[in-house]
Amino acid sequence: MKTDLTQKICELIRITSTDLPAVVEERLREAQHQEPAGSAARVAMDTILTNVEMTRKNSTPICQDTGTPIFFIHYPTRVDTNELTRQIRQATELATRMSYLRPNAVHSLTGRNSGNNLGDDYFPSIHLKQVEGDTLTIDLILKGGGCENVGAQYSLPDDPLNAGRDLEGVRRVVLDAVNRAQGEGCSPGFLGVAVGGDRGTSYAASKEVFLRDPDDHNPDPELDHLEERITTEANQLGIGPMGFGGKTTVLGTKITSTYRLPASFFVTVSYMCWAYRRRRMTFAGDRVNYE
Amino acid sequence: MSIELHTPIADEDIRKLNVGDTVLLTGVAVTGRDAAHKWLADNFIHPVKEVSAEDRANFSDLKKYLERGLIYHCGPVVSGLDTKQYKFVAAGPTTSIREEPYQADVMKLFNLKGVIGKGGMGQKTLAGCHDAPAVYFHAIGGAAALIAQTVKRVVAVYKYEFGVPEAMWVIEIEKLPAVVTMDAHGVSLHDQVRTESERKLQELIS
Repeated sequence: MKTDLTQKICELIRITSTDLPAVVEERLREAQHQEPAGSAARVAMDTILTNVEMTRKNSTPICQDTGTPIFFIHYPTRVDTNELTRQIRQATELATRMSYLRPNAVHSLTGRNSGNNLGDDYFPSIHLKQVEGDTLTIDLILKGGGCENVGAQYSLPDDPLNAGRDLEGVRRVVLDAVNRAQGEGCSPGFLGVAVGGDRGTSYAASKEVFLRDPDDHNPDPELDHLEERITTEANQLGIGPMGFGGKTTVLGTKITSTYRLPASFFVTVSYMCWAYRRRRMTFAGDRVNYE
Repeated sequence: MSIELHTPIADEDIRKLNVGDTVLLTGVAVTGRDAAHKWLADNFIHPVKEVSAEDRANFSDLKKYLERGLIYHCGPVVSGLDTKQYKFVAAGPTTSIREEPYQADVMKLFNLKGVIGKGGMGQKTLAGCHDAPAVYFHAIGGAAALIAQTVKRVVAVYKYEFGVPEAMWVIEIEKLPAVVTMDAHGVSLHDQVRTESERKLQELIS
C-alpha cells in the first residue's frame, strides 16, 4: 500500500469521537419522549441530546472518556499490515494532540500516562483480518471505561440465577448483568452478548457484535427473538437513564455465538454506553469513504 | 425548575435538598478522581509516610478552594497543554463508586458540601453526607461538551504529574446541571432504584 492514510484515519477518529451516528441518535430521541417532562430521567435525556448536537457542531468529543480506540480492520492482500498499524498509531497520536482523544493509555504498574494514547501492542486495540477483494475497511469503536467496567462474564450453569446451558440461561444472566450495572455504564445503553468461546474470544466477540447496525435483525430467528425480549425485559427493570429510574435502560441487544469447549459455556456481556461511538472508513482505488 | 446553588454552600441550603431535585451549580469546584483520592488518603487521612513540603503546600492551597465547596469526579479533555492556556474541551463525570473507600473522609477533611460524579456511591458516603451535611450531585454521564461549556475558567492545576485525567483542576463553573441522588437525610435514589430493579429481576427470572 503506497498511500499514507494517517490523515484519513485521524479524520475517522475525529468523526467517531465527535459525531454520534444518526441511528444511535434516533434511538436516543425515542427514549427521550418516553420519559415524562420534569423527571430526572427526562433531564438526563434532554442533556444528552443537547450535548450530541453541540459536539457535532463544534467538533469536540462527545464524552471526555474517549475510551479505548478499538480498530477492526478487514484488509485486502496488497496491504502491508505493519505499515497500516504504524499509520493507525500515528493517527491516534495526532488525534490526541488535536484533543479529539483524551490521553488514555496508562501503564498498569507505574500508573504513568503515556500522554499520546500509545501503549503496548494492545493499546490502541487493533484487530486485523484479511479479506478477498480490493477494499480496505476500518471500523473504529471508542469504548469508555464506565461501560467497560460493568461488562460481565458468566460461566454456565449458574446456580444462583438458575441459568442452565441454553438460551433461557443466557436470558437470565444477561438481565442479571443489566441489573448489576444499574446506571453506571451510562444508560440507556446497548448490549453486546457472546455465547461460547473461551474467556478471551468470548469478550472479543461480545464487542465485535457492536459493529452490527442497531436496526438490523439477527439472521437466526431464535436469537432475533431473544434480542428483542432481553431489550424489552431490561427496560422493565426501571433503571432508566443514568440510573435515575425511568422507562429506557437498554436501547438494543445483539447476540452472537461462537464455538466452545465441551466443558465451557461462557456468556459474555459487553455494555456500550449511550455514547455509542462507531464509524467506518473504506478505502478502495484512491477513494476514501466514511459512514 | 432547577435549584441554583453557589459556592461556598451553606448547610441550610444543603439540608433543603432532596433526592430527585435538579440543580445548577455555580462557583469553584476541584476535579479529583482515583489518583487524587488515594493521594489525599495516603498523605492526609492515614499518612503512610512523611508528607513532602510540596504536597503540604498543595494541600493548603486546595483547602481554600474546597472549603464548603465541591469536588468533581472528572477526568477532562483539556486543550492548551503546551502553552498552559488551559481550556476544558470535554468534562463529563466519571464513575464515582471507585472513590467509595475514601469519599466520606475526604468530605470531612475539606468540609465539602457536595460531591459531583456519576453512578452514585455507597453507604459509607451516604452516612458521610448525613454527618457533613453534604449531598451527592449526579451529573449527566457523557454530556462532556455541555458540561465543559459551564466551565468558565481554569484557575489552577495541582498534581499535574498524575496525568491530565487524574490531575486536580481548580475550575470556575457556571450553572453546571446535575440531579441530587443522595441527600443529607440519608436517602439514596440509587438504593431506591436498585431495590425496585432487583424485585423486578426476580419476577422476570422466577
